[in-house]
Amino acid sequence: MHEMSIALSIVEAVEERARQEGAGWISEVELLVGKLAGIEPESLQFCFSAAAAGTLAARARLAIEEPEGVGECGECGTTFPVNFYYAECPACRSLRVKILTGEEFLIQSMTIEEEEE
Amino acid sequence: MCDTCGCSTEGGAVLRKPGQSDYHLHVNEHEHAHGEHHSHEHGDHHHEGSGRKVLLEQDVLQKNNLLAERNRGYFEARGIFALNFLSSPGSGKTSLLEKIIPALKQRFPVAVIEGDQQTTNDADRIQALGVPVIQINTGSGCHLDALMVNRAMKELEMQDNSLLCIENVGNLVCPALFDLGEALKVVIISVTEGDDKPLKYPTIFHEADICILNKIDLLPYVEFDAAKCRENAMRVNHHLEWFELSAKTGEGLAAWQEWLEATMAQH
Repeated sequence: MHEMSIALSIVEAVEERARQEGAGWISEVELLVGKLAGIEPESLQFCFSAAAAGTLAARARLAIEEPEGVGECGECGTTFPVNFYYAECPACRSLRVKILTGEEFLIQSMTIEEEEE
Repeated sequence: MCDTCGCSTEGGAVLRKPGQSDYHLHVNEHEHAHGEHHSHEHGDHHHEGSGRKVLLEQDVLQKNNLLAERNRGYFEARGIFALNFLSSPGSGKTSLLEKIIPALKQRFPVAVIEGDQQTTNDADRIQALGVPVIQINTGSGCHLDALMVNRAMKELEMQDNSLLCIENVGNLVCPALFDLGEALKVVIISVTEGDDKPLKYPTIFHEADICILNKIDLLPYVEFDAAKCRENAMRVNHHLEWFELSAKTGEGLAAWQEWLEATMAQH
């Protein structure tokens, strides 16, 4: 359940920034979680609400965008979508696949509200 | 609550040393107070009735990754070669260390960081080999992180040009995501697990540099296809260095030891 410690670090990061921005509270946090990032979005949603309790992010909605991965074949150079690590090249069936994208795990942005409620 | 000093640890990690029951150190982050210094002007970006979007574009694991890089810099400066050992519980991480350390310590200094949720059992076993060791008890935590290792390595009396073995919490999922500052990740599987483990838990095999198949002395008694397992591991990560051995009988250990010594010499 690494999602819990990850949820805590997300809350810590957005809260720190929100305080710098003088926010009253945080209404939304946008995450980019690639399909190969090793994160279960559902589990993260669940942990986030627990991790955010009592913080500026307590009522924040967690919006998670899950971009698909893209792999490149080490043999023939074809690029194709990959959603797991043991993908094979659809053109030449090679398993020498280099992951180009899909491992992103970013806090994209957050929406802050001025009013303390 | 901490059972030694009574303080509230809230699941935080604790460092322990074998044979020193009064020694324990909490791995707490330094809490810096968030002052009320809202010095900048708020008025210019106030939108009535709606929130304001703030771009962060920040890696979620940034804090861990930055600290891992600090650890890596420390290791580099002191010529320390750090390995992060990952596996499910019971695949033989500690047994492998016990078997190989007596030979390795004749060649170069060795130190060990042990990670477990509770007890100093593993550190006690390593302590008996006469090398510096420290135990990290993660409490409810399912993995080591760079902060725990940072604190532990400062408490560990490591010599320059050491081999540092970091034995992660037994878990084939979570430790994959947390860089500790190691030079290489070593994943261990044993033949009493399934030969499809690399496909079921691909992230950790994808992150690893070395894969060790342990307990091969049991192959005649279990339904485990070593070649199939290797093939599965290579499908996930074709850069893996592959070793097959038995920490119990010593079979196959020489190849792994030679590889380690050669890698240490180049390091």
